[in-house]
Amino acid sequence: MTTLPPATATAIESAPCLRISGLQKHYHVRLGAFGTRHATVHALDDFSLEVIRGETLSLVGESGCGKSTAGMAILQLYRPTAGSVLFDGVDLCTLAEKEMRPLRRRLQVIFQDPYSTLNPRMTVGEAVGEPAAHHRGLAGPALRAEVERLLGDVGLAAPFAKRFPHELSGGQRQRVAIARALACAPEFVVCDEAISALDVSVQAQIINLLQDLQERYRLTFLFIAHDLAVVRHISTRVAVMFLGRLAELAPKQRLFSAPRHPYTRALLSAVPEPDPVRERARKRQILAGEVPSPMAPPPGCRFHTRCPIATDVCRAEVPAWRDLGAGHWIACHHA
Amino acid sequence: MSGALLEVRDLAVEVATRSGPARVVDNVTFAVRTGEVLGVVGESGCGKSMTMMSLLGLLPPGARVAGGTAEMDGRDLLALSGKELRAVRGGRVGMVFQDPMTSFNPVMRIGDQLAEGLRQHRGMSRAAAWRTAGELLAVVGIPGARERLASYPHELSGGMRQRVMIAMGISCHPPLLIADEPTTALDVTIQAQIVDVIRDLRAEMGMSIVWITHDLALIAGLADRIIVLYAGIVVEEAGVDDLYERPTHPYTGALLRSLPTLEETGAARLPSIAGSPPDPGRRPPGCPFAPRCALREARCETAVPPLMPVAPGASHRVACWVTGSGA
Repeated sequence: MTTLPPATATAIESAPCLRISGLQKHYHVRLGAFGTRHATVHALDDFSLEVIRGETLSLVGESGCGKSTAGMAILQLYRPTAGSVLFDGVDLCTLAEKEMRPLRRRLQVIFQDPYSTLNPRMTVGEAVGEPAAHHRGLAGPALRAEVERLLGDVGLAAPFAKRFPHELSGGQRQRVAIARALACAPEFVVCDEAISALDVSVQAQIINLLQDLQERYRLTFLFIAHDLAVVRHISTRVAVMFLGRLAELAPKQRLFSAPRHPYTRALLSAVPEPDPVRERARKRQILAGEVPSPMAPPPGCRFHTRCPIATDVCRAEVPAWRDLGAGHWIACHHA
Repeated sequence: MSGALLEVRDLAVEVATRSGPARVVDNVTFAVRTGEVLGVVGESGCGKSMTMMSLLGLLPPGARVAGGTAEMDGRDLLALSGKELRAVRGGRVGMVFQDPMTSFNPVMRIGDQLAEGLRQHRGMSRAAAWRTAGELLAVVGIPGARERLASYPHELSGGMRQRVMIAMGISCHPPLLIADEPTTALDVTIQAQIVDVIRDLRAEMGMSIVWITHDLALIAGLADRIIVLYAGIVVEEAGVDDLYERPTHPYTGALLRSLPTLEETGAARLPSIAGSPPDPGRRPPGCPFAPRCALREARCETAVPPLMPVAPGASHRVACWVTGSGA
């Protein structure tokens, strides 16, 4: 990593790491027994936001809301069908795969299930060493030392380098996946449900580890998750998505204490809390119905079919993504 | 809430492994009282599902009951023949599993799958069973219930499939419903809907429910009593308020503290539990939690602590040499 003089480093702190505008991902699918019917899946539409350097921006929403698609489209692991992702003055969407490759070192991802992303025939040391060798040209004793250092960073003792993924517990495997991402010395890391599959007693360890590493290496996280309690703990800002579109974005404190979008409110009210007395007393706002199909998203606001305050304008017009001030953004006609 | 509907004593389950049988459930004793919701809480591999499956004769190949009794209706469920068990399953004990997609027959209409149980257990005619099936779908809140009977499982969403699964579980008015992580695969707003359905059903039908889960937040608002399992043994048993207010086993306490909540705590770091749960087959000789426990003493590593009341006569019981009263 290049070291910057302190003054410049501070200037960069507040600058956006990524500037995303109008990002869109549509898939064409064939339906029916003979694949003769065509349809378009509107997985992601009009996704615009800035990711600030050093922050943890969480993307939340229910399955199928496009949060993972957004992460993959930003990293160009799925090529977006429209929009731009500005990183370091370059629009990633315009780069060919070959031009993209040197940037991949700086943009990493950690997935939910390290069991399916780690090569079962590679030792932990090989898995962690591979990206360090490929992207940073390390070899021999320097590479071995680096692997040991990386394993130490994620709380694994040096002998783990000789183990295979199947010999590890779920938490240890996730530590290896994190070390592998760190091996590239990245700036921006997408954590796609990175702690969702872990047992409760292990989850807290990995959350703490991610926070420590973020501080030590000034990482910027896009944290994709569905567990709102975890999101509340880990985030700087939170963005809520519904059916392929952003619904609300705000600093954590504000989103959890004063949510404005009816979907955010419903989502927060559905989260159970580990307190029997409060749970029994609680009045829940239960959303009727289900998430509509992304193949035929409702016209107007995509949430209107489940929204308790929807009116005619919601059924006809897509609400604009507008700034409420103090970093609070929303797409709702009535908030 | 009165007498016990189901009494499980000293249940043990063994799984065959290459290095010999591994005891994945050991010495598990608990009761389900009439009309109560009993939460069975633990992490993956703690034996919570194995415990319940063994009661229904549904253990996977390679696993077997190695001891204990499970008394219901004056009979020992563990001693029943296959035929007798079939009458219990779906008849006296309803079941709801985590993943309805793998629990349904994919090539049968859901109406036929519901009607099958009704004809088998309640001796209904084909027409009456079909009609009742439609009523059941309405009870669990499926819109257009009668028309939905002709749907195949793949035509329904995850939340709808779980509703059908619940309809099937309660179709024969069982006094006991076993729900194994019934909402784990669902989104949080759908989970809230399903929890509501089950809560209403329980109020209406007065059945007992055993709710198996890893989610300490979800079970807080649902259960009357909770047992906490760790590595195949019951480490704590208490009324729900008692458990959350005064968790006595170090594992329960640490688990509750490690949960992030929607409340702002201001703490930058979560109190976490070091290490990970032991392999079910390789339990340490003493208390299974000892290697991870902050309060560990010498005797914790040599003998398994018994489940004892926290005070004489208390219903709150804990298996710990250090924090228990049996110390």
